Amino acid sequence: MGLKPSDFRVPEVYADWCPGCGDFGIMNGLQMAFAELGLEPHQIVMVSGIGCSGKEPHNVKCYGVHTLHGRTLPFAMGIKVANPSLEVLAIGGDGDGLGIGAGHFVNAGRRNLDMTYIIHNNGVYGLTKGQASPTLRLGVQTKSLPKPNINEAVNSIGLAIISGFTFAARSYAYDVRHLKDTIKQAIQHKGLAFIDCLQPCPTYNNVTTKAWYAGEDRKDASGKPQSRLYKLEETGFDPVVHDWNEDFKKKVAAMDKAREWGDRIPIGVFYKNELEPTFQQRLSSRIPFYMDRPPAKQKLGDEHGFSTVDLAEFMEDLKTS
Amino acid sequence: MAGGAQGSGVDTAANIFGKACGYGGLYVFGRREYHSNIKGLHSYFHLRISPKEILANVNDVDLLAAFDAETAVRHINEVVPEGGIIIGSQQMETKVLNIPTLPPEFKAELTKFMKEKNVGETLSDWLNYAKQKNVHVFPVPYMDLLNQIGAKLGIAQISKITRMINVLTIGVSFALFKYDRNLAEKAVKATFSAKPKIAEMNVMALNHAYDYAEEHFKNAFKHRLEKTEVNEERLFLTGNQAVAMGKVVGGCRVQTYYPITPAADESEYLEAHQIMKTSSGEDEAIVVIQTEDEIAAVNSASGAALAGARAATSTSGPGFSLMVEGLSWAGNNEVPLVITYYQRGAPATGLPTRHAQGDLRFVMHAGHGEFPRIILASGDIQECFYDAAKVFNLAEKYQMPVIHLLDKAMANCSQTYPVFDYGKLKIERGELLTEKDLEGNEYRRFRFTETGVSPRVLLGTKNGVHWYTGDEHNEIGHISEEPFNRRLMVEKRMKKLELVQKEVPVEDKLKFYGDTSSENIVVSWGSPKGAIIESLEKLKQEGYGIGFIQVRLLHPLPAEEVKKALEGKKRIIDVEDNFSGQLGGVIKEATGIAPNYYVLKYTGRPMTTTEVYAALKAILTGKASEREVLMFGS
Repeated sequence: MGLKPSDFRVPEVYADWCPGCGDFGIMNGLQMAFAELGLEPHQIVMVSGIGCSGKEPHNVKCYGVHTLHGRTLPFAMGIKVANPSLEVLAIGGDGDGLGIGAGHFVNAGRRNLDMTYIIHNNGVYGLTKGQASPTLRLGVQTKSLPKPNINEAVNSIGLAIISGFTFAARSYAYDVRHLKDTIKQAIQHKGLAFIDCLQPCPTYNNVTTKAWYAGEDRKDASGKPQSRLYKLEETGFDPVVHDWNEDFKKKVAAMDKAREWGDRIPIGVFYKNELEPTFQQRLSSRIPFYMDRPPAKQKLGDEHGFSTVDLAEFMEDLKTS
Repeated sequence: MAGGAQGSGVDTAANIFGKACGYGGLYVFGRREYHSNIKGLHSYFHLRISPKEILANVNDVDLLAAFDAETAVRHINEVVPEGGIIIGSQQMETKVLNIPTLPPEFKAELTKFMKEKNVGETLSDWLNYAKQKNVHVFPVPYMDLLNQIGAKLGIAQISKITRMINVLTIGVSFALFKYDRNLAEKAVKATFSAKPKIAEMNVMALNHAYDYAEEHFKNAFKHRLEKTEVNEERLFLTGNQAVAMGKVVGGCRVQTYYPITPAADESEYLEAHQIMKTSSGEDEAIVVIQTEDEIAAVNSASGAALAGARAATSTSGPGFSLMVEGLSWAGNNEVPLVITYYQRGAPATGLPTRHAQGDLRFVMHAGHGEFPRIILASGDIQECFYDAAKVFNLAEKYQMPVIHLLDKAMANCSQTYPVFDYGKLKIERGELLTEKDLEGNEYRRFRFTETGVSPRVLLGTKNGVHWYTGDEHNEIGHISEEPFNRRLMVEKRMKKLELVQKEVPVEDKLKFYGDTSSENIVVSWGSPKGAIIESLEKLKQEGYGIGFIQVRLLHPLPAEEVKKALEGKKRIIDVEDNFSGQLGGVIKEATGIAPNYYVLKYTGRPMTTTEVYAALKAILTGKASEREVLMFGS
């Protein structure tokens, strides 16, 4: 008997995001994805950082670890390494992951742990009242900014790909079905998966709003809004690396797509490579029994609680007789 | 003592020498000093050897094996009358002030010394000065010996084997001491066991130098090293190695780190011995992760601990500074996190490869807000081992971060011990609920309990879903800013310290040495321990009554026990390697009793028995100031 999305709700917690916040859409997308994948709450650990997005785990019924600003990925890594059977999702804001936590973002790519990282990308630091985030473009002035943004934006998809993430996708918080499908693909991907989830901040980002994404300002002759978002999968774009020989080509194609912004913004999977060994596989090559007896599952003591470790090999080099 | 440029094999030489002595049943204590530099600057190893157990270094050098001129210059005044200096004979005409690696402030000191003592400018002049003090000089033509060895081995390019100068000095040293050369050979072979060809070359060099010294310096040196029979197995190891072994016995299965001196050796050693045998027949393994920074190190260790692995990170001051926010999170979320902290000279980059105990106040107070923590300080390499295992029990039983506080001296000193008896070390995981325990029960991770300890559930356990957050939280782990909940939650966390105070055995809180009933008492913590104990023994022989309290549990400080031990004492002498007498201040704060004498050192070099003894004796005989600052060591 599978669980329904509603089984992943947390009724005792009031979700305190602003009305119209994209975080609701992401919450729904996660709950739907978990249910469709047949996961149970105890099998999942959602790790989050600081900011509005940091509260996401409190609103999804599964193990939740709401950590420090920018430190989502290190916590998630520790959890996954200790118990690789857990389904670990790291959740964070754009400032969390690409500003204060950018070093972890890059280095997580080098490891390719088999887990998922979702960035809530709204261009602003909402909880501190709307400062520019690392994904806000140069010259853009959202409503709390005293002056237009003096920094250029980081290209999150591009950064993920060159850092070594083996799955890079983008989705949109208000296209919950697309988001749910993307989350499912990310979870099922063997390796580190990144989702750049675009979302409006109804309170502080008055530039890339829901209406802007929907193209309310660009109506066609019949008066129909022309959405700025288009789906890569509908253009025949093939992000999958089937053979190492095509890896560079696929990366370049993905980077090329990642440059698009403005009137045409691609969503969907940009890059996917399951040929790269995961961190778990790399560990298993050193510790053959790693997956069966990972750090969290080892016995440590005998039935009387005495340590069972035999130091003979350790001591061999140190003995003086 | 062996010294030379960094990268010229000083460590290897000391290790071979120490091993060879160990094979002969002798106890060794070794102190390693080096610059923050890869190649070229001065480094040395001071080994003390005896048939009886040794706990610390002394000032005196009986035999100085100088690979280069700088070593002779730096240590010339440490060599005692009837002692000896082994030196390359080609270096005699080196002009001391032209040695390129000497910094200007040191040259100024040397210039002053040369003027005062009327010593000339060449190394030969300096050695003549030593000879006047009855020090024997043993010039050895290193290059000629290497040429001869090269010829035997068919190596024309001598630059390829100049690294063997270190082994030449070992050969000469053992010949002077008239020590069994077979044991030295065995030590060389053991050291290069992975490279038989190199081992063979070095054995040849050793014997060639031994023969040379026997021929040229016959009976010129009066000191002897004699092997003795022992019927116990012994180890010769560093604090870094002891901690690594203690950790795996204690069940540590995830270690994270970012490279930093003097902590990184421990992690590398662990990774090299990643898979371990167990008595259950099933191998176990520790995962060692080199992270991108210390922030990732501390937080990934916390993550691993929440998932149920015993997890630790290992660092020094600058790294711990970066970990502080993570420490606060772990405190708030009652994470059984272990941080192994090797203090070094600070502030900032400070003296990256030198010793200090300047961070007690820092680790006590690090982290924003109030949260419980345990700080346990080892005082010697054996304690490093046992404590490294015990801290995991403390962390899991009381569900709080534990800082195992060590220092550079312990990290890098090496000492001989009988093989550790670790069979009695217990794994105590505290209150831990399983899937079965949880069936049909609502689980609250931060349930209010009498002791403050809430039974723990590991991430992934069925029926146990809960939340963690860095925000203040309710019993389930959701964010709560309610005043009533806040008060209870703060009190719940803090009262666990009372339980710690109640349950930790006294020997893990304090250790008593010497005559603690006398009116004189030393208080200290960490690595000065060895020098203090040896000083007390000497003072006892001279008829002075003096005791020593080693404080191990620094937080929560066992205030009652400390107070009891200090009350009514005439002289309370605080001995620490820092400027401000931090432990003394902490004791005063907790007990109202302040030390009235301080023996302090902050040169970056650990205390020796010689200087601690002198300072204590001066205090006991009324010849000291309230604040004695120690200076020994190059």
